[in-house]
Amino acid sequence: MSDMHPDQTIALQASGTASVQPVPRHQPIIPGTHDDGTLVEDPGLRAPLVLGERSFNDVTNTVCGYAEAPMPKIWLTAFTITSSIAAIATGMILYLIITGVGVWGLNNQVDWAWDITNFVFWIGIGHAGTLISAILCLLKQNWRTAVNRAAEAMTIFAVICAGIFPGIHVGRVWFAWFLAPVPNSNGIWPNFRSPLLWDVFAVSTYATVSLLFWYMGMIPDLATLRDRAAIRLHKGVSRGFKMPMPLGDGLALHFMPKPDQIRVLVYGVMSLGWRFSSRHWHRYEKAYLMLAGISTPLVLSVHSIVSFDFATSVIPGWHTTIFPPYFVAGAVFGGFAMVLWLMIPLRMFLPNFSDLLTLRHLENMAKIILLTGTMVGFAYAMEFFIAWYGANEYEFSVFANNRVNPAKAPYWWAYWTMITCNVAFPQLFWFRRFRQSPLVIWIVASAVTVGMWFERFVIIVTSIHRAFLPGEWHMFFPTYVDILTFVGSCGIFMTLFLLFLKFLPTFALSELKIVMPQSHTDDHH
Amino acid sequence: MSMIKEMMTTAADYFPMLLRKQAPKFVTESGNPVYGIVAEFDETPKVFKAAAQVRDAGYSKWDVHTPFPIHDMEEAMGIKTTKLPLMAGGAALTGLCIAVVLQWGTTDILYPTVVQGKPFEAWQPFVPIMFELAILCTAFMCIFGMLALNGLPRWHHPLFSHERFYRVGNDRFFISIESTDPNFDPIKTKQLLEKAGGTDITLVEDVK
Repeated sequence: MSDMHPDQTIALQASGTASVQPVPRHQPIIPGTHDDGTLVEDPGLRAPLVLGERSFNDVTNTVCGYAEAPMPKIWLTAFTITSSIAAIATGMILYLIITGVGVWGLNNQVDWAWDITNFVFWIGIGHAGTLISAILCLLKQNWRTAVNRAAEAMTIFAVICAGIFPGIHVGRVWFAWFLAPVPNSNGIWPNFRSPLLWDVFAVSTYATVSLLFWYMGMIPDLATLRDRAAIRLHKGVSRGFKMPMPLGDGLALHFMPKPDQIRVLVYGVMSLGWRFSSRHWHRYEKAYLMLAGISTPLVLSVHSIVSFDFATSVIPGWHTTIFPPYFVAGAVFGGFAMVLWLMIPLRMFLPNFSDLLTLRHLENMAKIILLTGTMVGFAYAMEFFIAWYGANEYEFSVFANNRVNPAKAPYWWAYWTMITCNVAFPQLFWFRRFRQSPLVIWIVASAVTVGMWFERFVIIVTSIHRAFLPGEWHMFFPTYVDILTFVGSCGIFMTLFLLFLKFLPTFALSELKIVMPQSHTDDHH
Repeated sequence: MSMIKEMMTTAADYFPMLLRKQAPKFVTESGNPVYGIVAEFDETPKVFKAAAQVRDAGYSKWDVHTPFPIHDMEEAMGIKTTKLPLMAGGAALTGLCIAVVLQWGTTDILYPTVVQGKPFEAWQPFVPIMFELAILCTAFMCIFGMLALNGLPRWHHPLFSHERFYRVGNDRFFISIESTDPNFDPIKTKQLLEKAGGTDITLVEDVK
């Protein structure tokens, strides 16, 4: 395909005479093995980050091709399912707002349960994106270019899901603006000395900065999509509008504008007239580096502040100084698990992406899972140790009698699920065979995601379901509204992610091109 | 002086009803002003070397358009380091000050309250929001400052009338030299770009 004139390729693609993903692999995966040639252990050899001796044009075609071509049928199926689940969440939230928080299973003793569990769960997942784009950028880890865009998108969507729960758990949602320091007729201001208000500022800053970071990274790639659509329109090879159908071809709708016309307009406006100028790139790179520099302390601060919600209270089980680092490690751990959980099926269903997202990338992320999982395991052990060593009988009792001991703790199963999923499963990655197998990585990622939800559940519910007087002991039982709101938030997350796959550049094109050998300025490459 | 002139030209671009642009130095046969000359390159090393040649020829109003930021291109083009970090530092201080005024002003002056036993003189509870607002303002300055210095958003640009230029986001590199450059000469500039290894050298008009 590389012999053909690229305009001709685009013309053929767009007119449907060439397959939409025309790029054949120049070097097929080593036959008979799972190895794609990136798993070299020789420190003198640097594994290629983009496989198949791709040219710049091939990479552009691969990434933009998916945003321009009709998605595979499985996308439509998945989208139908996830958007239906998202609709359930919307219904449940509406029901809650109309009726009141009594529709949840909260009681006098357990006044925070699934709502805050889900909030911390989602905000934790959101940490991997910024970690990949900021911390790995500062550490010059070039392999991050394959996953940073999708991980940043995931961050935004996870923060959206996270933002729902504290918003609706306040009860009278129409008073949620009390959180903002707005002058009002009562003359009352929010309590700036409360960690809950720090949390409002931390999460909203995080959401804003992540969104800006993500958008800024996309500006050049949106410009590429704009230019490709403009070329096709100019050459008269744009497809007509087709509504995707579950079976057979799409339904042609002639009264609709051509998709390329919409693209030129939407991508054109979004790319702000970017013209790939080196003078612009210079400031752009500087801005990117500074954003990475400020996002690194930001990402560490956000989950620390989330942990202050618990740590600054005087409830046994919450009042511990280990919480900030423990929460941050857990967030990175859960976030990377979610990145892997999403990217492995993506490699399967959109196969050309496996050239950009190699086994080496998966292995690197598996190593981070192992590292952070072990840190989390250490934090569990240390928390327990200090509860004993600190000789506070209430603190120790929360661990022994509310969490660990099956004979006394009604929530023992939640604690041990957490330990199994978060500490035991990642230990598989000590073995090279397991961290090089996408299936095993995916299973571990699923386990970790479940485990991280249970971690938050254990921290929140088992600490507060028994107060100092046995008369105040209550169990927490979720209602169907609790369950469906959480399931629905997963639907919202997945729906947004699927829309991202369809309409936006899934990989950071300009950054992928930097790590290709052709980008070097000397002749020897 | 030249800076004021440049600002006037930019303002004239945005408000043609208020300011009239200077008459263009070069006009094509069709009557359109000349934007400049564009040369195309197909490999990174070629455009990198060509950029150094254009820089050495003494041009100032010119640019290299590349699908990705090329390492060390600032040096090859002789671009001065941007003021953006300084501006971001100013934004960080602004954010910090907003947080200080907001928190002390509301909780110690407008409606003094002691909550959770945290006394008035305690500054520690105010640190997280001071940090967050400083970060927020810095991030705004990084992105919007970058866009402002770049003169973006600007959806119309003469270069977009050059059809081959649409491959710049894919795999082609371009050097454009503007006609407003004092050294610009339709023939000599073209020769320079030819010598530097550019192909498809085209005169781009500023089509209205």
